[in-house]
Amino acid sequence: MRSRKRQRLWLVSIGVLLLAGAATLALTAFEDNLVFFHSPSDIAAGKTEAGRLVRVGGLVEDGSVERTPGSPVIAFRLTDGAASTSVVYEGILPDLFREGQGVVANGRLQSDGTFVAVEILAKHDENYMPPEVADALKQTGKWRHAEGEAAVETGTGS
Amino acid sequence: MTAEIGHFALIAAFVLAGVQMVAPMIGAHRGDIGLMELARGTALGQFALVVLSFAALVNAFVVSDFSVLNVAQNSHSAKPLLYKISGAWGNHEGSLLLWVLILTLFGAMVAAFGRNLPPTLRARTLSVQGMIAFGFMAFMLFTSNPFERLEFPPADGAGLNPLLQDPGLAFHPPFLYFGYVGLSIAFSFAVAALIEGKVDAAWARWVRPWTLAAWCGLTVGIALGSWWAYYELGWGGFWFWDPVENASFMPWLAATALLHSAIVVEKRDALKSWTILLAIVAFSMSLLGTFLVRSGVLTSVHAFATDPERGVFILALLGVAIGGSLTLYAIRAPALRAGGVFQPVSREGGLLLNNLFLSTSLATVLLGTLYPLFVDVAVNLGWLGPTKVSVGAPYFNATFGPLMAPILAAIVVGPLLSWKRSDLWEALRRLWLAAVVAFGAMALVLIYSSVEGVLPAIGIGAAVWIILGTLIEFAERIRLGRAPIGETLRRLRRVPRASVGMTTAHIGVGLVVAGVLGATVFKSESIQTMRAGDTVDVAGYGFTLDRVERVQGPNYVAERGVFRLTSDGEEIGTVNAERRNYPVEGSQTTEAGIHTIWTADLYAVLGEGSPANGWTTRLYHNPLVPWIWLGSIVMAFGGVISLSDRRLRVGAPAGRRRAAAPPVAAPAGAD
Repeated sequence: MRSRKRQRLWLVSIGVLLLAGAATLALTAFEDNLVFFHSPSDIAAGKTEAGRLVRVGGLVEDGSVERTPGSPVIAFRLTDGAASTSVVYEGILPDLFREGQGVVANGRLQSDGTFVAVEILAKHDENYMPPEVADALKQTGKWRHAEGEAAVETGTGS
Repeated sequence: MTAEIGHFALIAAFVLAGVQMVAPMIGAHRGDIGLMELARGTALGQFALVVLSFAALVNAFVVSDFSVLNVAQNSHSAKPLLYKISGAWGNHEGSLLLWVLILTLFGAMVAAFGRNLPPTLRARTLSVQGMIAFGFMAFMLFTSNPFERLEFPPADGAGLNPLLQDPGLAFHPPFLYFGYVGLSIAFSFAVAALIEGKVDAAWARWVRPWTLAAWCGLTVGIALGSWWAYYELGWGGFWFWDPVENASFMPWLAATALLHSAIVVEKRDALKSWTILLAIVAFSMSLLGTFLVRSGVLTSVHAFATDPERGVFILALLGVAIGGSLTLYAIRAPALRAGGVFQPVSREGGLLLNNLFLSTSLATVLLGTLYPLFVDVAVNLGWLGPTKVSVGAPYFNATFGPLMAPILAAIVVGPLLSWKRSDLWEALRRLWLAAVVAFGAMALVLIYSSVEGVLPAIGIGAAVWIILGTLIEFAERIRLGRAPIGETLRRLRRVPRASVGMTTAHIGVGLVVAGVLGATVFKSESIQTMRAGDTVDVAGYGFTLDRVERVQGPNYVAERGVFRLTSDGEEIGTVNAERRNYPVEGSQTTEAGIHTIWTADLYAVLGEGSPANGWTTRLYHNPLVPWIWLGSIVMAFGGVISLSDRRLRVGAPAGRRRAAAPPVAAPAGAD
């Protein structure tokens, strides 16, 4: 019976060691890779640390989209109704990217206040409103009834 | 009329499930054969009724019966037939019906093929299966009826999300559900065994084929989903650690661990309570995945609808199933008789290592997936200020990668160890060739690759190590080159199918590792604006934008960019990258143009543009990426080979031979 006890002992010790290792890995990874959501108002208030990966969400401001002919760089402004942020992105925009549409941009704030996006997310459904954007709009009182309805229909209103 | 037939069939199946969950359990308790036998009839009857119900729904989609709410919301008369059919499960209600269809299919298979099972175990297993079916059918009938009629049917339907109108995605749900829901059988067997208080080698032999079948389905389903994301989202990536992807990956990790630990129960009668726990965890992960996807707490293309009522209902189902089974486990597991003792370095030890690492990585994926939900809950309870977080791919790469590395190193060594007690150096000595070649490959990558860091070298070394080591293990088994050729051939014929399956599946793992590496560290990408006639060079391949034309599809119009591909000045093919506009659904999709040359994919995406200003294009050279799907299919094929093993055949005689296997035997042994 002693060997069975010993077997259980080493099994448990390996398991505990492994879990401790995994917890360390997870915590270190969390420290660097938790991506916080900020609204244009947060950025305007200086709450966003430059250089750190964050998500910014809002509506693409009407008339703000600028394309440079002959270059894949696109600049536009994201607004939550109270403040807006300049975003620069190089690449192919999602199919349903357009002015007035709610989008989420992943990227980093530069020290000059522009936001360089590495990824733009806009769902392929016209009625889609990213939940973060919906919340941000509600906070600034810009949540319109029609959008609310659309968002509930497609299951993103909260 | 057919919609009503479907509805009534579902109600009848629900009643049968109610009978099946109660009667056989009482029968098994009292030893009443009649009540126990009832389970077989109800299981088969339930399946027939759900088939009828499902057929009624598919029929409503095919004939475009827009008086059915579900059809009106999710179909359109102009859709191609394939997508009318797949539209039946491309929505919340229909996908649940598919879920229940597969659940009852598995129940019916146990009833039909499980003749050799002890009557009480079979009755209890089917009873637990009945409980799950009862819960889900109640969910459908009370909150998500697919057959709801409209008083004023519209002239035409609203259409199906164009993203889902794709052959890869048409078949993704059936395979995925086959895997997801197939794990319910392992769960039901585990709960039945806990009630009986008896787990032995015979039990493991009954559970393994079901788990294996489910695992194969899950593997193919995940591969199809990832293939779809690769060519349809146009981001050049194959896996995004999206919560919904994780929801399908977590059951796969648990099922993979379960497959391996069931071998130890079968061969050595050890790790019994651990295996039971894994069976419970695997299906719990399926339920959790269903909850995450269906409740809409996570938004994605899969989240068809949010209705708080539905979320609460699934959460309650989840609570009862997981909470109940874990409580039962806590009460009954300590009473299970402890099994065989083994040394750390042994076949059991290797399989246990596999299990520990797989379940630990499962835990980290689970944490990363649920963390944003935890934060949301904490915010709602007022413990945190308004915060929104998401956990991105870097977290998963940083935790999952290091946890996989030891498994990939051990996957070759494990099968060479003997049961109970073994010699690690002896096993490693047989693998010297694989080690030398793997280190050689690493050195070559370090010297010649332009990619920074040691990761590419380690990864390529690992892929070579796995594939070559696995082949060497197989060659050892048939004494290739060590015995006369006649002896080798004789051995080759006698190798159990389970071993051939293992070898095949492990080679598949090696291929996937290589492909993942190609997709993550070796790919080249180029974004620019191109006019017709422009050529861009990506990793030595020329992409020439020949023309952009307008194309009329069956239910969309597209802008199609035709790219000519050249290598060293020679034309190797053309690809079409499309931007499709679906007027009915009012949305657009991107179809990447992909040219496969086996060792790499050339991948082109067309963005916005005009003849005057040119089009934004995104071009990729993705080395080894096709191997991800090739490897997944090879893995699943290995599972199928193993499934065809005579000794594992469903309902094989329940002999209790426990011969110690010879040193070079497959996980399933060579007796």
